[in-house]
Amino acid sequence: MHSAHTPFWVRYLLLLLALAWVGLWILLPVSTVVYGAFANGWGSYLSALADPESVHAFYLTLIAALWSVAINLVFGLAAAWAIAKYQFRGKTLLLSLIDLPFSVSPVIAGLVFVLLFGGQTLAGTWLAAQHIQILYALPAIVIATVFVTFPFVAREVLPVMEAMGTEEEEAALTLGASGWQTFWLITLPGIKWGLLYGVILCTARAFGEFGAVAVVSGRIAMETNTLSLHVEKLYQEYQSQAAFAVASALLVIALLTLVAKSAVEWRLRRALTEIKHAPESV
Amino acid sequence: MTITIESITKRFNGYVAVDRVSLTIPDGKLVALLGPSGSGKTTLLRVIAGLEVPDEGAVSMNGVDVTHTPARLRNIGFVFQHYALFKHMTVFDNIAFPLKVRKRSVEEQRALVNDLLKLVRLEGFGQRYPSQLSGGQRQRVALARALAAKPKVMLLDEPFGALDAKVRQELRQWLRRLHQEMSITSLFVTHDQEEALELADRIVVMNHGRVEQEGTPEDLFEHPKTPFVMSFLGDVNIFHGRVEQGQTVIHHDPAAVAPSVTETKAVRAYARPHELDIDRTPRDERSLPAKVRHVNTAGATVKVELLLRDGHTTVQAYLGRERYQELKLQPGEEVYVVPRQLRIFVDEDDEAPTA
Repeated sequence: MHSAHTPFWVRYLLLLLALAWVGLWILLPVSTVVYGAFANGWGSYLSALADPESVHAFYLTLIAALWSVAINLVFGLAAAWAIAKYQFRGKTLLLSLIDLPFSVSPVIAGLVFVLLFGGQTLAGTWLAAQHIQILYALPAIVIATVFVTFPFVAREVLPVMEAMGTEEEEAALTLGASGWQTFWLITLPGIKWGLLYGVILCTARAFGEFGAVAVVSGRIAMETNTLSLHVEKLYQEYQSQAAFAVASALLVIALLTLVAKSAVEWRLRRALTEIKHAPESV
Repeated sequence: MTITIESITKRFNGYVAVDRVSLTIPDGKLVALLGPSGSGKTTLLRVIAGLEVPDEGAVSMNGVDVTHTPARLRNIGFVFQHYALFKHMTVFDNIAFPLKVRKRSVEEQRALVNDLLKLVRLEGFGQRYPSQLSGGQRQRVALARALAAKPKVMLLDEPFGALDAKVRQELRQWLRRLHQEMSITSLFVTHDQEEALELADRIVVMNHGRVEQEGTPEDLFEHPKTPFVMSFLGDVNIFHGRVEQGQTVIHHDPAAVAPSVTETKAVRAYARPHELDIDRTPRDERSLPAKVRHVNTAGATVKVELLLRDGHTTVQAYLGRERYQELKLQPGEEVYVVPRQLRIFVDEDDEAPTA
């Protein structure tokens, strides 16, 4: 009803502005990546992707992402559970701490871990004595990625859990279910869309992480070079076509995530409205 | 199963929800926990279920202390006000849940669920989801699910509170029949005195976390021990008065209100509307002059609203139709209100309920 009173030229102007914006900031860079990737034809595109260093980078990124998502799944769920179901002192503090990675520069986060596990510290010396390699190896990459992606699962699960309440779980307990059965049969199905949404966001961020990983990984080719780092390395070595080709692989992953995200987002919104607007009596 | 509650206290952040309550729920009886909101009745029910741990006191079932037994091992069926059905499961899976977690065979599950669906008159609804049912149907599914665990005790928290009047009435009668057939010890929470009077074998009236009175519906209705019970169980008329030389005097004359005599005690006299008669002449010293304000003849009894001569006390009297025909009362007429029965409570504090 409001739009009916808006002059048509205002509407068109706004639409044009939005389109121009999307074109300038999204379509133009994306097409540049695609154009750059295929600048020397299909053959060199495929050989850039099939290059052992690229394959290793892809493999390493995948492993790091899987670990980070798995770890954040457990801890994010635990954090959301504690906040949604229990009353305790420092609840708001815990919430702000969970959000911290959003406001800390990833490079700083990476640096913190370098300082924490470096040779000069107590932790670093002890780990070195045990011959446990954290820095400049997979563990550091996973730790940095976990830090950067920590808020996603907790933040997405929390509202669903709060909306769900505790009644269904209490009902399950009175019907003879154990705590474990209640979790698998009642809690998890109730929060699955929120959880999946958090996992998708977490995965996307884990694949794309650059700053924190750049600091802690040491960027050793065939060892600790992730996909994002590899793109930069190729670019620095003036292999721009190869850099764009690898970047296009990240682009495909991003697009797949976007599709999955939209699908899950739709289900999640439906699940939330079902919880909130369950008719009382008919 | 007999449930014994000994001196249960439950606090929430310093607020005392249940205050040293002791109670026995006799085997096979249908008992109502009746009280206004905040009286602690739901908390007490949850303590019995094992959903809350009491701060003090003990709960035992058939003489066995279950105070620290987890809810799932108490052999109870709990029915929630908002049904608490599992939204992602079909009606069938909801009812089969207690059997599923006990790892019973699929055939056994199917047989029992079908029996229960028949019992709650929902045959053919097995494959629906809770969101596809009406409120009354959902509550019947919740009852069937609770019964599937073959509980020794049924605990119902405002089971019909979220339903509209007609469905509530139907479900009440149905629950009453069900209880007669199965005679499972049952305890239900309600704030609706009509529901308690109609359904329960025994009523426990709660107020401010304590038991105000306990007994059969007739007991409570006819012999309320406190003004709270008197006014919570039905409509009442309250007359202010005082005791003088062992006699109750009701003030209908504003001049008499002044407490001139020190040894007199202020009292309140309670009478239910059906315990009042109306006459054109005073019958005894208790007859109160009043003016007819309004007459409502729709219904089984004729409801007469009167204003006492003090000018501000409104009185409701319910007359039988025959008595009304005899009197042929007209609004504006000067008459006398004649209490057939009065219950006198000494004014101690404002104990009158708000509900």
